[in-house]
Amino acid sequence: MTTLLILIVVALLAVALWQLTKIFDLTQVGANVNDTQVANDNDNKVNGYLMFAFLVFIYLTTIYCVLNYGHFPLLSDSASEHGPLVDNLMIISLVLIFVVQTITQALLHYFAYKYRGKEGQKALYFADNNKLEVIWSSIPAVVLAGLILYGLYAWNNIMFVDKEQEQDSIVIELYAQQFNWEARYSGADNVLGKANVRYIEGVNNLGVDLSDPNAQDDFASKELHIPKGKRVIFRMRSQDVLHSAYMPHFRAQMNCVPGMVTSFSFIPTLTTAEMRDRPAMIEKVANINAIRAKKSQELVAKGQTALDPYAFDYLLLCNKICGASHYNMQMKIVVDTPEDFKAWLKDKQTIVSAVKTSLAEEKLKETEGKPVKNDTASTKVKTDSTLVAQK
Amino acid sequence: MSAEAHNHAHDNDHGHDHEHHHKDTFITKYIFSIDHKMIAKQYLLTGIIMGVIGVGMSLLFRMQLAWPEESFKIFTFFLGEKMAPGGVMTNEAYLSLITIHGTIMVFFVLTAALSGTFSNLLIPLQIGARDMASGFLNMVSYWLFFLSSIIMISSLFVESGPASAGWTIYPPLSALPQAISGSGTGMTLWLVSMAVFIAASLLGSLNYIVTVINLRTQGMSMTRLPLTIWAFFITAIIGVISFPVLLSAALMLIMDRSFGTSFFLSDIYLAGEVLNYQGGSPVLFEHLFWFLGHPEVYIILLPALGITSEVIATNSRKPIFGYRAMIMSIIAIAFLSTIVWGHHMFISGMNPFLGSVFTFTTLLIAIPSAVKAFNYITTLWKGNLQLNPAMLFSIGLVSTFITGGLTGIILGDSTLDINVHDTYFVVAHFHLVMGISALYGMFAGIYHWFPKMFGRMMNKNLGYIHFWVTAVCAYGVFFPMHFIGMAGLPRRYYTNTNFPLFDDLANVNVIITVFALVGGAFQLVFLYNFFSSIFYGKKSVQNPWKSNTLEWTAPVEHIHGNWPGEIPHVYRWPYDYSKPGHDEDFVPQNVPMKEGEEVLHH
Repeated sequence: MTTLLILIVVALLAVALWQLTKIFDLTQVGANVNDTQVANDNDNKVNGYLMFAFLVFIYLTTIYCVLNYGHFPLLSDSASEHGPLVDNLMIISLVLIFVVQTITQALLHYFAYKYRGKEGQKALYFADNNKLEVIWSSIPAVVLAGLILYGLYAWNNIMFVDKEQEQDSIVIELYAQQFNWEARYSGADNVLGKANVRYIEGVNNLGVDLSDPNAQDDFASKELHIPKGKRVIFRMRSQDVLHSAYMPHFRAQMNCVPGMVTSFSFIPTLTTAEMRDRPAMIEKVANINAIRAKKSQELVAKGQTALDPYAFDYLLLCNKICGASHYNMQMKIVVDTPEDFKAWLKDKQTIVSAVKTSLAEEKLKETEGKPVKNDTASTKVKTDSTLVAQK
Repeated sequence: MSAEAHNHAHDNDHGHDHEHHHKDTFITKYIFSIDHKMIAKQYLLTGIIMGVIGVGMSLLFRMQLAWPEESFKIFTFFLGEKMAPGGVMTNEAYLSLITIHGTIMVFFVLTAALSGTFSNLLIPLQIGARDMASGFLNMVSYWLFFLSSIIMISSLFVESGPASAGWTIYPPLSALPQAISGSGTGMTLWLVSMAVFIAASLLGSLNYIVTVINLRTQGMSMTRLPLTIWAFFITAIIGVISFPVLLSAALMLIMDRSFGTSFFLSDIYLAGEVLNYQGGSPVLFEHLFWFLGHPEVYIILLPALGITSEVIATNSRKPIFGYRAMIMSIIAIAFLSTIVWGHHMFISGMNPFLGSVFTFTTLLIAIPSAVKAFNYITTLWKGNLQLNPAMLFSIGLVSTFITGGLTGIILGDSTLDINVHDTYFVVAHFHLVMGISALYGMFAGIYHWFPKMFGRMMNKNLGYIHFWVTAVCAYGVFFPMHFIGMAGLPRRYYTNTNFPLFDDLANVNVIITVFALVGGAFQLVFLYNFFSSIFYGKKSVQNPWKSNTLEWTAPVEHIHGNWPGEIPHVYRWPYDYSKPGHDEDFVPQNVPMKEGEEVLHH
C-alpha cells in the first residue's frame, strides 16, 4: 500500500515537473529566440508576477495557520502566578513580529514585482542616505529597549526568590533519571535531607543520606502533587545525564544537571479540576477525544486495542535529549486544593522507614536460611557527600 | 605601501611563469590541485554530496514523525534491518539521524561547502590576486575537510551505531556509552572527524585572512572590496576566534571518555553503579560548545549575506544601498556574535543574572540585522531587476531571514525562552534564519558563479522551477512548525503518541512532512541542472550578468594565475551600476574614472 502511494506521489511529481517546464517554455513563445540563459524581459515579467503571488501565498499561509492552528499556542490560561506576565510579553512580541513581518514582506515582494526589469529602463543611482540609516537603526533600538526592560523585569521576578517568599513555600525535589521522574517531598520540616548518588542502595534509589536529621521525614512520590496558591520551590537533580523538567502549562522549565542542584519556583493558581473546566480546555480535550475515537475505530478494525479516552492532566515532560526513550519520560502533575493536598500528604511512608522495612525483610529472608547475595554496597565507602540537595 | 610593492613583484613572477606552460597531470590538476578555482569546485562537489546525505536523512525522520512507527520499505532500504527492523525506524536510529543531519548540514554543508567554495573561488578573483596566499595550505585544508567527511560518513556504519546525542553532543549523554549506544565508537569517530574538520577550517580561514590583507591589487582599498569579500573576511576571523574553543571542548570530551578525567562529569549513577567521575560540570561544556556554536551561526550566515549583497546589487542594476552601513553591520554582528552564546543556556542552571546579560546582548544583535534587511529592500527600490535564478534566491533569502529572524526576538528573551526552549518553535526559528537562508545564499552563489566555475550556464527555467517550489515548501514546512512549538511540543521526540495532549498536532506534522518530501524531491531538479550543465550547458560569455567585479574580467577558460597578462588595477568601488554619465548600466572596477567624474557614494 505504502509502496503504491509512494509510486503515485513520485509519478505525480514528475507530471508536475513536466507541466511546469512546459509553462516556463510557453512563457518564452514570442520572445526573441535567445538561449543565453540570462533572464530576459519575459522572465522578469513572469517572475515579477510570481513574486507578487508569493506575497499572497505568505499572507494566506499566515492566515490559514492562525485560523487553524491559532488555538495551539499556550498564550492564555496559564496555571501559575507568573504565567500571565510571560503570556503578556509573548503576545506583545507576537503582535510586533506580525506587524513587522507583514510590512517588510510586502515591501520586499512588492518592490520585486514593481521594479522588474525592462529593456531600456534605467535604475536610480541611489547609494546611501544617512538619515534613512539612522531612522532604521534607531527604531529597532527603541522598540527592543522596551522589550528588554519588560523581559528583564519579568525574568527577575520569576528567577529570584527572596527570603520572605522562601519562608512561605514548600520545597520539593524533582529527581530525573533515564527515563522517569520522581519527586521527593521535604516533609514537615520543609528542608530536604542531603543526598548524593553515592548513597543509592536498594529502595533508597534517590541517594538520600539516611543519617541526616533533615532527611528523616522526606518521602518520595511517582506523582507530583502541589497545592494551589502556595509557592513551590523545586530543586532539580539528575542521576545520570542532562534532563530538563518542562511544565508547559506553568510556563516553567529548568534543566536537571548531574553534579549540580538547579532550581525553579512558581505558585500554582489553577487546580487540575479547575483547569479541566476551562472552556478552551474542554474544547481541546473534546477535539483530542474525537481524534482518538477515530483512530480507535481504525485500530479496532485492524484487530488492535482501542485507545483510552483522554482526560486533561498537567504534565512534567523531559525536554533535553537524554537517551533512547527520551520521548516517553513524563510524570503526572496534580494541583490540589490546599485541603486535598493536606489529605494527600497524610500517611506517606518516609524514605527512612521504607529502607528500614526493606532491610527487615531482607534480614527475615536471611534468617529463613535463604542466602542473600552480599552486594558490594556494604563495602563501599560512603563518606563523600559533596552534593547536597539543599542550597 | 610595501604590500602593494610586494604584490607587483609577485605579479611579474607569475606573468613570467605563464610563458612556459607547466604540464599538469590529471592528479595535479583535478586531485591534489593547489589552484584556488579547482579547490573551490572540490569543496562544492563534496558539499553537494554531503548535502544530499543530510537532506535525505531529514526526509527519513520527517516520515517517522508524520507516520510514527509505521513500516516503510524505504527505511529498510536505507537504514537496514538493524536500524529499521521490519521497516519500522527504531528510536535509536531516529536519534542518530537527527544528530548526523544536524552535524552534516551545519558543519559540512553550510560551513565548509558554502564558505569553502565561495571564499576560495572569489577571494583571489575579486581582489585581483593570482591565487591564495598559500596554495599548498589551501590544498591541505580541502583534503583535511575531505578526510573528516569520510570519517563522519564511516561512523554511520559502525556496529553500535553513529553518534546520537544530538548535534550539540552535550555530555554526559555523549560521554557515556552506557547512556546511549551511539556514544560508543560512533561518538569517537564523530569527535575525531570534528577535530580534523576544525583543523581544516582553521587552515582555510587563516589563508583567507592573509590573502585579503596582503594580496589586494593596486587600487583595491578595503573600502573598495565587494561585500562578498568583506563577509568572507569577517567570517574567517570569527572562525579563527571560535573554532579552537570547540576543539578544546572536543579534546576534553575525548579525555573524559577515554582517559578517565572529569571535566564535564560528576556524581553519576548509571546502569546500577556509581561512576568514578567527580567535580566536573556539563554546564562548562555547554559554555564551551556555544562559544563556538553561536558564532557558528554567523559563520554560516555571513557568507550567504555577502553573496546576496553582490547578487542583489548586480541584478538590480543599482548600487547596494548603504555600503558602509553594510560593512559596519557585518562587523557589529561578528563582534556581538561572540558575546551572546548564553542565550542557548537560559535554563541550563547557570546563574539567572547571566541570563539578563545575555538577553541584553542578544537583542542588540537585532539592530545590525534589521539594518541589513532594510538595506536590501531599499536596494530593490527603483531598480531594474533582472530576475535571474540567483536573484530569486537572494530575494528569497531576505524573506526567510526576516521571517526567521523576527522570532529571534522571542527566543532571545530569557523570560519567553522558558516555555519555548527546545520545542519545535526553536527548530522553526533556526531552520528559517540560518538553514534555509544560508542554503538560498548557497544556491544564489551557485547559479550566479556557475559560469565562472564551469564556463557554462545553468538552465534558467529549471532554476525558476527549483526556486519557486523550494520557496513554497520551505514556508510550508517551517511556518506551521512555530505553532506546534508554542503548543509545547518538544523537539527530538521519536514519536509524540505517548502524549495524548499532543494528539491534535499530529495532522500538522503530516502536512509538514508532505511539504518536506515535495521540497526534497525538487532538489533533484537542481542536481540534474547542475550536473548536466557542467557538460552540456550553454557556453558562457565572459561577463554574462554584466557585473562590475574583477572576476568577470578574467577569461572564461581557467588558467593558473587567473589573468593572462597583468593583473587589472582598480579605480572605483564595485557598485557603480546605472551611474549617471555612463553609456552602459555598469562600470567595472578596472575602468578608470572619467575626467571630472564624481564619486557619488560615501
